[in-house]
Amino acid sequence: MAVTATTVHGASPKAGSRTFLAKLRDGDEVARLVTFLFAMFVVLIVVFLVFELWRQSALPRHKFGLAFIVSSVWDPVFDRFGALPFIYGTLVTSALALFLAVPLGIGSAIFLAELAPPRVSDTLQFLIELLAAVPSVIYGMLGIFILVPLMRQYIAPALKATLGFLPLFQGPAYGVGLLTAGIVLATMIVPYIISVSREILLSVPRDQREAALALGATRWESTWKVVVPYARAGILGSVFLALARALGETMAVTMVIGSTPVISSSLLSPGDSIASVIASQFTEATGDLYLQSLVELGLVLFLLTFILNGFARLLIVLTSQRGSGLENA
Amino acid sequence: MKRIGMFLALVVLGGGVLGAADNPVLINGAGATFPYPIYSKWFDEYHKKFAHAQINYQSVGSGAGIRQITEGTVDFGASDGPMSDEQIKAYLDKHNSPILHFPTVLGAVVPTYNIGGVKASLNFTPEALAGIFLGKVTKWNDPLIGSANPGISLPSEDIVVIHRSDGSGTTYIWTDYLSKVSEEWRTRVGKGTSVNWPAGLGGKGNEGVAALVKQTPGAVGYVELIYAASNNISYGAVKNAAGVFVKADLASVSEAAAGAAKDMPDDFRVSVTNAPGKRAYPISSFTWMLIPAKFDDAAKRDAIKGFMKWALTDGQSYAEALSYAKLPKSVVDKELKALAKVQ
Repeated sequence: MAVTATTVHGASPKAGSRTFLAKLRDGDEVARLVTFLFAMFVVLIVVFLVFELWRQSALPRHKFGLAFIVSSVWDPVFDRFGALPFIYGTLVTSALALFLAVPLGIGSAIFLAELAPPRVSDTLQFLIELLAAVPSVIYGMLGIFILVPLMRQYIAPALKATLGFLPLFQGPAYGVGLLTAGIVLATMIVPYIISVSREILLSVPRDQREAALALGATRWESTWKVVVPYARAGILGSVFLALARALGETMAVTMVIGSTPVISSSLLSPGDSIASVIASQFTEATGDLYLQSLVELGLVLFLLTFILNGFARLLIVLTSQRGSGLENA
Repeated sequence: MKRIGMFLALVVLGGGVLGAADNPVLINGAGATFPYPIYSKWFDEYHKKFAHAQINYQSVGSGAGIRQITEGTVDFGASDGPMSDEQIKAYLDKHNSPILHFPTVLGAVVPTYNIGGVKASLNFTPEALAGIFLGKVTKWNDPLIGSANPGISLPSEDIVVIHRSDGSGTTYIWTDYLSKVSEEWRTRVGKGTSVNWPAGLGGKGNEGVAALVKQTPGAVGYVELIYAASNNISYGAVKNAAGVFVKADLASVSEAAAGAAKDMPDDFRVSVTNAPGKRAYPISSFTWMLIPAKFDDAAKRDAIKGFMKWALTDGQSYAEALSYAKLPKSVVDKELKALAKVQ
């Protein structure tokens, strides 16, 4: 507070001091400055983060250059480091997670917000928020002890029997792998999508629904053609929040992905993700180049998240221009 | 004011007197996770006997232990693999005095497997293990495995190799052994806490490897002897340098150290994998404490030296209850002499 106060006085211009004092009394100016400083704090953290990641990855950046991103060999013994398999694994598992979680999440949110009786909706919302608070290592444990055997014995053979002609479902099924990691991630991010989307749908004004119904729409038509498009930007926001969580998830992925840095077209094949390899190898990394290569992986993950979030912003802007009322939701 | 001054003087004086009587020494260490159970037992027991010494140990991993002792943020480090020449030089450049290695106990790594219908304990030759982990031996009925296991009918099941996904001293010992017995492994893969595995899947920690081996038909992996022993996981015997198949137990691991003790280098940086001796288990290793040769703080130096002396002698009796193998007496004697180098 002391810092804020001096800043206020320091910023006070001589000429407009009366109006400034008046503003100060109203609390507007104080609130503006305090919240501004808080917001700047976030910027500071981001800048510091990028700076440190950049600084501490100097060795591999100079030694490998762009080859770091396109090479697929990760060999700590002979000091050769390439990030491609990890980038691939991160993108594939996150995409799989979204593919599974988005329909499920938005579907449940529509039911909870539009169709379910309020009491049921509130109870389920409570349970969903509980799910969001479960630590990821628990999801990982359930993954390795329940999903992995199921995957190997039933799901993978069934997929191979029906869709085996696709390159996506070929090769030996070990139980662990990209698809398993995607399913675990989907389970982890679905509560976020449901919880945020439900709130967004509930905040759509009543008039919109009534108008649609008055024009002769059925209940479902009013939900699907009026309420959901109205909330489109907010729902997209919830999806990208979930994506961010999936991209950075460490523990649960490590436990079920099979930790093998290969690029395979098959979703049944083991893989590895950026966050997972950093967490696994950081503590025992000996040698500066090895350690700094792990830091550079962190930088790559940061850039990846940055680019994907940029796309997300763009998508939200584009969709809100097409007549959504909740741009700021 | 005067009274407050008096009071403060008394407090300082009192503190000084108490300090002289008790003088607690706080020592911080960091490093390997593998010896953590025995180290925490030792620090606890030692503190009970000598209340003035309080030792904190963070089991953050060998790599982090080496980094922290080099940066000088801890008083001692601990590692499952000896420091490399470059790491030792980096320490010397920074501190102008060397870092010393002291073996504390021994551990071993064992092959564990899951083959449908095979309950008997399997024998592994070095050639078979290297072939399997290089991805060249892909079926359980390969003659390379079968010839060492007469009388056991092995199925034509695919072998699924399971290794550690996290960087680990266990992997270091395993790959150190494979590098010694297989020229191809040494040149293609090498040894380290993480390597570029030619075959197989990764599991996180001993528990992750054990879970995957247990669940996957045809799987073979490697875990610490302590983990296998405390979780009743069955494991195979390995052919040692003398040509005898030995199953890992505390005696056969200590034997590996005794075999290597004869030509123990003065800095104790020795690998005891594939050690000579008929009863020696070949995939054994020391774990080391890394202690600076020069301390600025005499109280800390005396406390650490006192502790090491106790750990190497009386402390060894706690090892076997926790499934660590004791150091052979010849190694202990040599270490007690080397302890004088700590100034």
